[in-house]
Amino acid sequence: MTDITAETTAPTELPRTKTDWMPLALVPALALLALPFIGSPSAWVTLTVAGLAMGMMIFLMASGLTLVFGLMDIINFGHGVFISLGAYATLLVLGPLAGWGAADSVGLNLALLLLCIVTAMAVTGIVGAVFERVIVRPVYGSHLKQILVTMGGLIVTEQAIHALWGASPIPIRLPETLRGAFVIGDIVMERYRVVAVGIGLLVFLGMQLLLNRTRIGLLIRAGVENPEMVEALGYRIRRLFVSVFVAGSALAGLGGVMWAFYRQTLTAGMGMEVMVLVFIVIIIGGLGSVGGCFVGSILVALVANYVGFLAPKLALISNILVMALVLIWRPQGLFPVARR
Amino acid sequence: MTATPAIPASFDEARPRGGLLAGLLSSDMPRSRALSFILIAIVLVLALTPFLFSGSQPLSTAAKICVFIVLVASYDLLLGYSGIVSFAHTMFFGIGGYGIAIGLEKLGADWGSAAIGLVAALCTSAILAIAIGLLSLRVRAIFFSMITLAVASAMAVLASQMSGITGGEDGLSFQLPYALRPAFRPFAEPVFGVMINGRIVAYYLLFFVAMGMFLLMLRIVNSPFGRVLQAIRENEFRAEALGYRVVAYRTAASVISALAATVAGALLALWLRYNGPDTTLSFAIMIDILLMVVIGGMGTMYGAIIGAALFVLAQSYLQVLMEAGSKALAGIPLLPNLIHPDRWLLWLGALFVISVYAFPGGIVGRLRQGKRN
Repeated sequence: MTDITAETTAPTELPRTKTDWMPLALVPALALLALPFIGSPSAWVTLTVAGLAMGMMIFLMASGLTLVFGLMDIINFGHGVFISLGAYATLLVLGPLAGWGAADSVGLNLALLLLCIVTAMAVTGIVGAVFERVIVRPVYGSHLKQILVTMGGLIVTEQAIHALWGASPIPIRLPETLRGAFVIGDIVMERYRVVAVGIGLLVFLGMQLLLNRTRIGLLIRAGVENPEMVEALGYRIRRLFVSVFVAGSALAGLGGVMWAFYRQTLTAGMGMEVMVLVFIVIIIGGLGSVGGCFVGSILVALVANYVGFLAPKLALISNILVMALVLIWRPQGLFPVARR
Repeated sequence: MTATPAIPASFDEARPRGGLLAGLLSSDMPRSRALSFILIAIVLVLALTPFLFSGSQPLSTAAKICVFIVLVASYDLLLGYSGIVSFAHTMFFGIGGYGIAIGLEKLGADWGSAAIGLVAALCTSAILAIAIGLLSLRVRAIFFSMITLAVASAMAVLASQMSGITGGEDGLSFQLPYALRPAFRPFAEPVFGVMINGRIVAYYLLFFVAMGMFLLMLRIVNSPFGRVLQAIRENEFRAEALGYRVVAYRTAASVISALAATVAGALLALWLRYNGPDTTLSFAIMIDILLMVVIGGMGTMYGAIIGAALFVLAQSYLQVLMEAGSKALAGIPLLPNLIHPDRWLLWLGALFVISVYAFPGGIVGRLRQGKRN
């Protein structure tokens, strides 16, 4: 929090920021630590892959929220409704294209999944833009009001989902070839989870590239550090903020699609249910940090899986336990974002 | 980013002092004729419900209003007066309910076991509130909100999993002490044409405890302690500079509010003769409380009475109205869906959002402003 000024004194060549390896090492260390307790390596692989998949899905849902917070200092308690909305948007595709899902072809199935994702992201992106304009913009700067008003937005949007699609849970089917599991020896990996890991990694890498290697990413990171200065240099910071909010909502929609196919049931409250995990993850990662959010998601999911296997009773509070331990170690989260 | 005061301050030096009523209301008068009228009407109707209406539905609605007045007022103490957003309020509500339920179910149906259950619940709530407060009130408000949300959901899962103690998803049904059972008849003759039974005794127990708790909380927010809370809400930094220990005050506020919520939970359990995760612990109730506080008026205490009465009435009777409207609009696409009786929360949600923007003081603030103009 205090050493921002220390770094600005090197004029010629910026010192390379040191990578903070400790939290990164935490995940493999945890996985290795769990191995002797679980005993059988095949069960360990199954649990680890399942945990990674779960972690990726949580990351997809949480990344937008943490980015929006980091950039705009806005906490969107209504984020969960974008997850639900993304999930329900799959119905727009699954209805007319049911044949693609039933077909026994990997290409068609993946195309269907992709189409679902694109539709969901478009829908949640548009709703996100409206949400930002109507609900969030009047309360910039006041956290108390933000929490209240976004909760209100959550209630209204959730009820609107009920009004549009009905209040009863809707079952959806995974595309045919994504069902079942890969079996290698006695290692069992559900196919869908492998797909989820792939998509999660892709999004994470894409975000890292965008944030660290492009001009827009540079502006976003600069906006996090000092919005007034970016504005003074002639960039419209507001437009940037809005686009990040829209992107964050779209990411929640993407997470919602993945989560919906994982649960295979749609309810309007599904987003809010998973929001608890999302909040834990972004607290663990450090509010505003995408990398921290990634590590936090995997950490929470892995711990939940291992503990669920070893001591099912304890699994219920394992998330809280992880959060408490991390906060004792690093009160601002794994990767504290400067300035805050 | 300019820090606009979220809620109009209710501090007013020119308040009249002295008198019995002023003493009872801790010199914090409604300060609006319309508001006084509405409050008197609500309290009178609540006090006379057993004599005014027949049947169990109105009595249950009135009992629910009493419980929610305590619950919402305790949340207002936290949200409106201290500026803390907690999502763990239903957790304390649930602890109170489970305290009574477990006490009466395991130890037998008498006053002693109810008292033991209540005291145990109060202690649990206090310890939890202190722990959460000390751990997370040091950091920014957002952290506190998120952490309470996480803890509350963990508690809800815990309560539904530990079925040996809490009855799991099914909850606990239990017997009340004899004086509160429907079979109990204190008087042989009807009083004002109504046969007094244990249900009515139970209702009056609820009513008087609720009013007592409300006046107590009104006293607390108008004490020097309450003033410090409001000072912290308005400007944390300045309050700290004046020498007040912000964390200690905030923690104390969250403990007081948790204890009051526990009492409210106990009252609800006594009335329903049942407690389960859905009646006291669910997140839906948390949202209801938020709606009631904000629509009634944050930081006013009287908002709790109006918010709770309005909301519970809407919950019970607005649906009837909407059903009529929905039927009238049948045939038009989507519109009947929007005013379907199950969508009443949609409209209250919209009202909530409008309240936060347009009148942050809620209904009470609006009425008081109307007087000034």
